[in-house]
Amino acid sequence: MAEIKNYHLNFGPQHPAAHGVLRLILELDGEVVVGADPHIGLLHRGTEKLAETRTWLQTVPYLDRLDYVSMMCNEHAYCLAVERLLGIEVPIRAQYIRVLMDEVTRIRNHLLNIGTHALDIGAMGMVLYTFREREDLMDVYEAVSGARLHAAYYRPGGVYRDLPEQMPKYRANKFKDEATVKRLNAAREGSLLDFIDDFADRFPRYLDEYHTLLTENRIWKQRTVGVAVVSPEQALQLSFTGPMLRGSGVAWDLRKKQPYEVYDRMDFDIPVGTNGDCYDRYLVRMEEMRQSNRIVKQCVEWLRNNPGPVISDNHKVAPPPREAMKSNMEELIHHFKLFSEGMHVPAGEVYASIEHPKGEFGIWAVSDGANKPYRIKLRSPGFPHLAALAEMCKGHMLADATAIIGTIDLVLGDTDR
Amino acid sequence: MGARDLIQTFFLGELRQGLSVTLRYLFSPKITIQYPEEKTPISPRFRGLHALRRYPNGEERCIACKLCEAVCPAMAITIESAEREDGSRRTTRYDIDLTKCIFCGFCEEACPVDAIVESHVIEYHGETRGDLHYTKQMLLANGERYEADIAEARALDARYR
Repeated sequence: MAEIKNYHLNFGPQHPAAHGVLRLILELDGEVVVGADPHIGLLHRGTEKLAETRTWLQTVPYLDRLDYVSMMCNEHAYCLAVERLLGIEVPIRAQYIRVLMDEVTRIRNHLLNIGTHALDIGAMGMVLYTFREREDLMDVYEAVSGARLHAAYYRPGGVYRDLPEQMPKYRANKFKDEATVKRLNAAREGSLLDFIDDFADRFPRYLDEYHTLLTENRIWKQRTVGVAVVSPEQALQLSFTGPMLRGSGVAWDLRKKQPYEVYDRMDFDIPVGTNGDCYDRYLVRMEEMRQSNRIVKQCVEWLRNNPGPVISDNHKVAPPPREAMKSNMEELIHHFKLFSEGMHVPAGEVYASIEHPKGEFGIWAVSDGANKPYRIKLRSPGFPHLAALAEMCKGHMLADATAIIGTIDLVLGDTDR
Repeated sequence: MGARDLIQTFFLGELRQGLSVTLRYLFSPKITIQYPEEKTPISPRFRGLHALRRYPNGEERCIACKLCEAVCPAMAITIESAEREDGSRRTTRYDIDLTKCIFCGFCEEACPVDAIVESHVIEYHGETRGDLHYTKQMLLANGERYEADIAEARALDARYR
């Protein structure tokens, strides 16, 4: 009798369902996966090492490029770490803006995840709907920071600029008449906060549509229910965080367990799953978006009524306003010192972590008192999740591998760093 | 599974509901933007192609303080300076390597005389790598070409900075 060997299959790095540049070596017994060996590093840019040769401020835009679908959350963890080392207070309005933008980011991230996850396992339409909503949130990003993706908006000590009072508007052209443009601009007449508020009002309805399209859909359920079941004990042992952990039924959320910024003033719930399969994790993400939407509403309400500074007035850390810089010698010197030499952070080490849309994103920063970090260590949530891929894939069919990659919400930028 | 669920399953209940959403959007107004004839709105804060500005009297703003060069995280800016005939300090070389630039906007934030700015231009290209190496002349030309747009955006955003 002929000797039968297992078959090795190269999945990626150019596979469209590999979410970037993941190379997966699958060991197949027929169509059943018996081993999965993720090869990472194809998107490695050495962010940790780069940070050692950049001033504290210069590292901020590099953090955007880690997890490139939830940019501001990465910056947030870094700014928290620097602020704790410096021991400075962030103005309360900046804290609310950060929480608001973090939740906008969470919705953006989950929209992308659910859209592409559905696309990967056969529901072509979903991605069109989720990207439509993402487009509004991209406009929010652009309005506050000037970039749709790589924001560079948070700064140690606060945020760069206050929220704008105006939104950019559509203009009439040969494809769209005045009436159409007026309808498109309806939400853009007021300030950015009005725009976000309008989105937050509409969003639960869109979520209901996603539920109609997916939640009960028999094909979706066949592809996700009972796939990659992770028990709560197993999830903890595999150091899962975020929706991956909550999908297994562990109610762990840093926003509740170690509240940072103003999360302790927010009213929201943590959804948890029961079975720990792909379907439960999908439901957890859907509910998280609804809860994020609630937080967004609360932040908008507060921000409307409480104007104030958005960045620390300690000019050793944060640059002075431009008008003061141009009219005042002392401020000009601060400005020059900050943008050339940068701030000096007291020697010490700190670990700051936030509830990133994908899990716990942590930064361990060591300072030796210089204007550059001595060492930055990034704890990205995607890395342990990807490490558990082999365990989750084992015994499932080849086609389920894409469903599992989708459910761990993989972004190689943050896994590879 | 109850009788109701059975009927739902047999008559493809949930699929029909999903398709009704699709059908509704088939007849609702479209959100498509016919690029490049029409474009989405651009925020005054948008960070696109760089430009070097001039004062209204035609004098170039940049005084070669090299703050943008110092703050650039990607080290994309190269500046050399010299004294001009009238005794003022000006750049002799101001290059931005757009293949290195990460469009973080720090150069604009750092510039004390609002000389280097990031305009709203996103439609530029290069056929070779060298085409994306912008020299001082190219950046000043950008500034002259888009000055009205740049000034308007700066005026709108001045109070936040």
